[in-house]
Amino acid sequence: MRNEYIPFLSEIKEVIKHTEIEYTFRMAFEGEVKPGQFFEVSLPKYGEAPISVSGIGEGTVDLTIRKVGKVTGEIFEKYVGDKLFMRGPYGNGFDLENYKGHEVVVVAGGTGLSPVRGIVEYFSKNPEDAKGFTLITGFKSPQDMLFKEDIKEWANTMNLIVTVDQAPEGYTGATGLVTKFIPDLEIKDLEDVQVIVVGPPIMMKFTVQEFLKRGIKEENIWISQERKMCCGIGKCGHCKIDDTYICLDGPVFNYTKGKLLRD
Amino acid sequence: MGYQIHIEKFNDALKALASEYNIYAPKRFIGGGTYSDTDRIRYGEIQSVEEIVFDVKSEFSYKEILTPISQTLFYFTEDEVKEADGPTKGAIVFLRSCDLHAVKRMDDIYLRNGFEDFYYKRIREKTKFILMGCQEAFESCFCVDMGTNTCTNYDAFVNVKDDMVYLDGTFTDLLARMEEAVEVTVSPDFVTETKTKVHIPENLSLDVMDSSMWNEYNERCIACGRCNFVCPTCTCFTMQDVFYEGSDQKKTGERRRVWASCQVNGYTDMAGGHSFRGDKGQRMRFKVMHKVHDYKKRFGYHMCVGCGRCDDICPEYISFSACINKLSDAMQEVEK
Repeated sequence: MRNEYIPFLSEIKEVIKHTEIEYTFRMAFEGEVKPGQFFEVSLPKYGEAPISVSGIGEGTVDLTIRKVGKVTGEIFEKYVGDKLFMRGPYGNGFDLENYKGHEVVVVAGGTGLSPVRGIVEYFSKNPEDAKGFTLITGFKSPQDMLFKEDIKEWANTMNLIVTVDQAPEGYTGATGLVTKFIPDLEIKDLEDVQVIVVGPPIMMKFTVQEFLKRGIKEENIWISQERKMCCGIGKCGHCKIDDTYICLDGPVFNYTKGKLLRD
Repeated sequence: MGYQIHIEKFNDALKALASEYNIYAPKRFIGGGTYSDTDRIRYGEIQSVEEIVFDVKSEFSYKEILTPISQTLFYFTEDEVKEADGPTKGAIVFLRSCDLHAVKRMDDIYLRNGFEDFYYKRIREKTKFILMGCQEAFESCFCVDMGTNTCTNYDAFVNVKDDMVYLDGTFTDLLARMEEAVEVTVSPDFVTETKTKVHIPENLSLDVMDSSMWNEYNERCIACGRCNFVCPTCTCFTMQDVFYEGSDQKKTGERRRVWASCQVNGYTDMAGGHSFRGDKGQRMRFKVMHKVHDYKKRFGYHMCVGCGRCDDICPEYISFSACINKLSDAMQEVEK
């Protein structure tokens, strides 16, 4: 019988530094994986943490990690050629089939960009697969911006709005919360558009509200949830909300289901 | 049909089985109680039927046999992992009907909710359950209302009267050892009535979280988590890495899982500081709703088996059954 708790060792192939506290670790991984899924990443002594997949390459997965806990703090001491223990991928992830052939709008707040980056990358490389693609991504300040190199690239392939909550004087980019850009966003077909919203709970709540105000149907809105998880496989109980296990049934939910999740 | 056998002969059979099984039952730990000169009844290994305590409810359930309080999953160095060995022997567990129903809930989580759990399965497959009949319910029991007072899925059952053991079942290792047994008609003792009664409202929904009924628990509950730890159906755990001191510069140690409680601080804490259900009343709501509402939505029957141990153990005298009985009024309050 397979022992799902035993992790495998994966080599760090590349480290991409976004900010002082946010790095992307490109890890060796062969196997099926979807954007929005996650791995349990561990270091002996320090424990495990669930980290979502922020990119999928040939023989690699990207894990974008923010140095906020004791596990992730230790990972920042690791560099190319070192190894991390991992197990997964877990969770349902985003199913590209739900978005292909539609107009797609993605709204991401802060590190919420990680789980959707695989979707954004796909449509950036295959723009003909969507009727239109918009990314609205918000960060606290210009210093907190993630995936800067990608963002330069994406500006050429999609309708891109990058905004910061607060900026120093002289900043030329957009400022304000992501919600500010939704009322006037050009959407070709309000009946057909598929919307993905990922970020902190409060950001997701108000962003979804703005789309609902525009008459977008609940079933065309998708969210991804984040909770404490010790196992990732439906056992430890920490991520349960009502009868839903975020690790098994999510973390990606259609809003018709996601709206019912009350902790 | 069934057997009547003298206690001494039954003990001989247990002794013979002990080479293949560790045998567990509720027993008395003298002086092991919470207060001085009090005993504690909890599960431990036994050699004879006389050690089994039938007339008092065990404070803890059988569950620590299947899921130890702290369980080593594997040992590690910086670049190697070695799976922890499992128990060499199987287990025989004496337990009551409510607890046997609880095993089904444990199986749901560990064998059917997502991946099969390697560590649970390897002990579970080697475990035999012997039902201890109940002649009457204890004060806080409400098994009848939870539909767990009777069962048929035991490997064997025993009723002990004076110096005789009455038993039957399908556990051939045991039944084949019933020397000098007399064939008699026996059936397990089941209670059909309890003093404590509960009513779970038909219209119960998560909307009840907005009721004022939970406020009381903000004041009363001290978030100690005992109710979870004595519960035969609570399965939550937290991962814990233990690092061996003095093992030169290498990071060697082991990963364990330890019982966790949804009532205790930190249960929902995520890296970065975000957490949910800060109020103890809402934690109580989370637990109660899992036991008598949302588990059923997922698995088809209630999680709570009505053993009443949470009522017995609470240092603040919070009664779970009394809480269930407030849900009807609370639903009326939120539906206004």
